[in-house]
Amino acid sequence: MPNFRSPPGKAGRTLAQKLWDSHVVRVAPGEPDLLYVDLHLVHEVTSPQAFEGLRLAGRRVRRPDLSLATMDHNVPTQGGVRAADDLSRRQMEVLAENCRREGIPLYQIGSRRQGIVHVIGPELGLTQPGMLIVCGDSHTSTHGAFGALAFGIGTSEVEVVLATQCLPQKRLGDLAVTVTGELPLGVTAKDIVLGLIGKTGISQGQGHLVEYRGPAIEALSMEGRMTVCNMTIEWGAKAGMIAPDDTTFTYLQGRPSAPKGAAWEKALEYWKSLSTDAEAAFDGEIEIDASRLEPHVTWGTNPGQVAPVTGRVPQPLNDTDVRALKYMDLAPGTALADIAVDRVFIGSCTNARIEDLRAAASVIRGKHVHPKVRAMVVPGSMTVKRAAEDEGLDLVFKAAGFEWRNAGCSMCLGMNTDILAPGERCASTSNRNFEGRQGSGGRTHLMSPPMAAAAAVTGHLVDVRELL
Amino acid sequence: MEPIARVGGRMAPLDRADVDTDQIIPKQFLKRIERTGYGPFLFFDWRADGNFVLDKPEHAGAAVLITGGNFGCGSSREHAPWALRDFGFKAIIAPSFADIFRANCFKTGLLAVTLTERQVRHLMDLASEDPAAQVTVDLEKQEVRGEGFTYKFEVDPFSRDCLLHGLDEIGLVEMHDAEIAAFETHRPSWLPAVK
Repeated sequence: MPNFRSPPGKAGRTLAQKLWDSHVVRVAPGEPDLLYVDLHLVHEVTSPQAFEGLRLAGRRVRRPDLSLATMDHNVPTQGGVRAADDLSRRQMEVLAENCRREGIPLYQIGSRRQGIVHVIGPELGLTQPGMLIVCGDSHTSTHGAFGALAFGIGTSEVEVVLATQCLPQKRLGDLAVTVTGELPLGVTAKDIVLGLIGKTGISQGQGHLVEYRGPAIEALSMEGRMTVCNMTIEWGAKAGMIAPDDTTFTYLQGRPSAPKGAAWEKALEYWKSLSTDAEAAFDGEIEIDASRLEPHVTWGTNPGQVAPVTGRVPQPLNDTDVRALKYMDLAPGTALADIAVDRVFIGSCTNARIEDLRAAASVIRGKHVHPKVRAMVVPGSMTVKRAAEDEGLDLVFKAAGFEWRNAGCSMCLGMNTDILAPGERCASTSNRNFEGRQGSGGRTHLMSPPMAAAAAVTGHLVDVRELL
Repeated sequence: MEPIARVGGRMAPLDRADVDTDQIIPKQFLKRIERTGYGPFLFFDWRADGNFVLDKPEHAGAAVLITGGNFGCGSSREHAPWALRDFGFKAIIAPSFADIFRANCFKTGLLAVTLTERQVRHLMDLASEDPAAQVTVDLEKQEVRGEGFTYKFEVDPFSRDCLLHGLDEIGLVEMHDAEIAAFETHRPSWLPAVK
């Protein structure tokens, strides 16, 4: 069992507090806690300066065996490494050099296990309950779906972790999001989190760790839970998490890095202790009724500017809304389902796992992408891609007129050539609809994979329930 | 890192809330492998129309950015504070900051100072009406000063100490190597290693 350095509170502890306490190396008054990192995920864009800093200071990576690198942010999704621009290729080469020198395992472009950092950790079984996981990427909150404490860090913090395997962190507050009821047909985990952000706004989570709980969360698959935790950062919280249960354990068992035999039994016993004590108190609680949720789409330039697809573009309430509507070229009162799209992107660390691809494929089977729409599927990892091909999903997408690409972050942030042209409008399963996010001047509407698939075949935003 | 006790100069008012790091430094400029050289690309898309506040001659050379709440939300890219620093900013004053951005500012030696909405509004108006007005951000005394006003601010004491003394965070953590090594011996055996 991990040794809890901080004494358990008398009033009971939250899941987040248990995870925090079990990683405290050192506490001192007036200082941040020193936390031990179980897994450090590394990618090509936020790490080169950290490795350079280490080298200049004559330091080495303390625990290369607790680090894993992949190439995801700027990799081409077709044509291999040769299709990358010079700067991107250089960034990939530098990551490979750094990993070679420090002995860090790397899944580089072309490798069978390459993929988005937040997709490969879970699918390899490296992401496990009770762990502390960090990465130089804000969507590290994804891994919290397993009952892990996982959050994004900056490049300087990446350097601290590389050198010491530890990170000084100030203790944060706890929030609970309780999702009651049952999701209606056609409504997904993405709609839970979009609905939540619509309710809270994009900064309410600041300074907090969040636990998602309640029957609608328990009913989600691991993929759905990852989608919810992934977008925690979009309402400002640092980490989101869900207590591990049989769904978690079933997902993990047999994965390459999951414990085996007696170790599995010991781990399981510990994992089952990872839930919020009945008498523990949160600093704030938010409730959502899943049974009242509808499929959501964003209409603005941040994820909080979101509405049910059955609704209309709202009247602007402030300068931010006015700016957003101008950028999005939308008039208040327009029915959201009347908005035509040029592009559809199914991908990203939010929604590019096998279940997401299945859900999208089920909508388009036997249909064709609208003639005015260009649609692409970018699987979250090469493992997801192979799994989808084994099921024949690639044939469904290709027959419908989708492009079927290799794994990477792709058009979620547009660091490679998968970008929107200025003025193009995209139905996207990604996580951010910020100005220019998918390409300078591009317009992004966030939604679930089935909703994006429905937009692809109809040529406009549409309530997927009309197609089911 | 160089010690920082106080910084100051003229202000630039960026009167927008929820400015995300994709706006501060768009993704096409994240391909550099250095920590410097991002200044020319700060707010790249917003500056394209030529009328952006930072391009107005009266705000050229401003050292303090005054802006709206939740500044720095979104991506964890430390390139955002690097770009603000490279452009010439020494401090940012806002009603609130996104958590990761604030941490990144601290590591970059860029002071991210939280004042109340009312105080920020005053500075925003002052910067617009009198672009030559000077402010001092005093980390030691934890106050923002200008002609006729002094605003106290809260700051995490540890971050403040590190900045005031120019401490190397890795060096500080390394001082606890024995405790780290002891912790490692107690880690559960089932935890995964990558190779």
